[in-house]
Amino acid sequence: MTLGTRRKVEWLIERALFACAAGSVLVTAGIIGVLVFETYEFFREVPIRGFLFGTVWTPLFYDAQFGVLPLVSGTILVSLIAMLVAMPTGLLSAIYLSEYAPSRVRRVVKPVLEVLAGVPTVVFGYFALLFVTPLLQRVFPDLALFNALSPGLVMGIMILPLVSSLSEDALHAVPNGLREGAYALGATKMQAALRVVVPAALSGISASFILAMSRAIGETMIVAIAAGQQPRLTANPMNSVETMTAYIVQVSMGDTPAGSIAFRTIFAVGMLLFLMTFALNLVSDWLRRRFREQYS
Amino acid sequence: MTTLLRPLSTMTSGTARPATPVKIDVQGMNFYYGAKQALSDITIAIHANLVTAFIGPSGCGKSTFLRTLNRMNHIIPGTRVEGRVHIDGQDIYAASTDVVGLRRRVGMVFQKSNPFPKSIFENIAYGLRTNGLTKNRGEMEGRIEESLKAAAIWDEVKDRLTESALMLSGGQQQRLCIARALAIQPEILLMDEPASALDPIATQRIEELIYQLKASYTIVIVTHNMQQAARVSDNTAFFWLGRLVESGATEQIFTSPTEKLTEDYVTGRFG
Repeated sequence: MTLGTRRKVEWLIERALFACAAGSVLVTAGIIGVLVFETYEFFREVPIRGFLFGTVWTPLFYDAQFGVLPLVSGTILVSLIAMLVAMPTGLLSAIYLSEYAPSRVRRVVKPVLEVLAGVPTVVFGYFALLFVTPLLQRVFPDLALFNALSPGLVMGIMILPLVSSLSEDALHAVPNGLREGAYALGATKMQAALRVVVPAALSGISASFILAMSRAIGETMIVAIAAGQQPRLTANPMNSVETMTAYIVQVSMGDTPAGSIAFRTIFAVGMLLFLMTFALNLVSDWLRRRFREQYS
Repeated sequence: MTTLLRPLSTMTSGTARPATPVKIDVQGMNFYYGAKQALSDITIAIHANLVTAFIGPSGCGKSTFLRTLNRMNHIIPGTRVEGRVHIDGQDIYAASTDVVGLRRRVGMVFQKSNPFPKSIFENIAYGLRTNGLTKNRGEMEGRIEESLKAAAIWDEVKDRLTESALMLSGGQQQRLCIARALAIQPEILLMDEPASALDPIATQRIEELIYQLKASYTIVIVTHNMQQAARVSDNTAFFWLGRLVESGATEQIFTSPTEKLTEDYVTGRFG
């Protein structure tokens, strides 16, 4: 190749790569644009205050009411149950993998744990509905067929690898000098792990928790299958609830006419969902950056 | 650098050393990282209340040997020790030895200062809490003040004990780490090139500190800086390729070594 053609090829490659990158950014911007536009249209008819603070959600009924709180509470309830499962087990397994496990065990267990994250969520959904719920009903006879507890627990298992893998990364990044410093002061392995390594990795661990929370809030299939479709303002995990994501599924799969106010609710709910997960991701990202600065 | 630090060298040279009891007694020790032998047949007696310096080129095993004295190498999987290491007549590699208790008695300061990412106060309090050494807050505060004073850093930090230790300068961090080690009142203090990352002034402060501390502690210091060894130590041991070539009174090692290798090293012919 002559110098001229080589430069031309380089130029072409650079443009092509730029186009790919720009394309994905534009598509994202387009999606957000549609979301914003439809949400705007929705709020021209429904007051924002009534949407955010209303406690009854019946957009598909004749007497339609647009209070989103029941969906938000359902989402938070299921996510909190998931976090109650995922935070302690995820952190403890991360501590085991990073501080106790021989490197051989670590090399095997970590990838296996990460495979859990590759299980299709629809499988988790049916697992919750057909296996976990019947099991729980033996313990709690009052448990409804669709409830918040069972999908919450299963979702906890789903996000556990995320928590343990990211927390393990954070623990592993703590400089060895700190462990040695603790050992040299007569600390046992546990005292070094719990009082030095974990506190030192705290921002990284919190980042993993928050990212997991964001994942739980955005998770759809498990709750759509196993939590039910009854928007209800409740803190009782035995009840059937409907999450924001499950509601969006319900309406998009149903026969609500496009362009109607009932149809536009899914964009308003989607917007709220997006803002919640986006905020959580930002916080998580900020924490992770702070953690990296601390030890670089 | 030499001119700056000259006053210290006059402190150690020329004075007759009283014979003190043997604190650490090592006989025929071999040390292995997996299949690789890092130390061969080390025999040395380290005396109480004196400063013993380990010198030698990089990779000669001086740090590895230091870390066998509080079983810090134990953390690395696949390491193995042969021979005997006695502290006050007790075999520290015996199966019955409590490693945690051993490390309480044998404190350590590392090459790279490693304060915990906590407040200055909490850095010192950690060892006290871990070992349950103080009964109440008042006693703990007293111990913390005492050890910060002993490490000659109290005046610089007394008004900001709640600030993060990571805000301190490199030299201050290293003195904080010394204070942290002193707080649990060890008998022996191992120092692994404690001043290698510090500027001359901070280095001088650490050296003065070592000189003061030897009244109460048995100090072993690893250094690649021969002037430093000459300034601070009473006895010197020269390591080369995993072997202890020669050990003895510092003046003798530096002025009339018996081994040609030692002479070549201390006169700067290699290393």
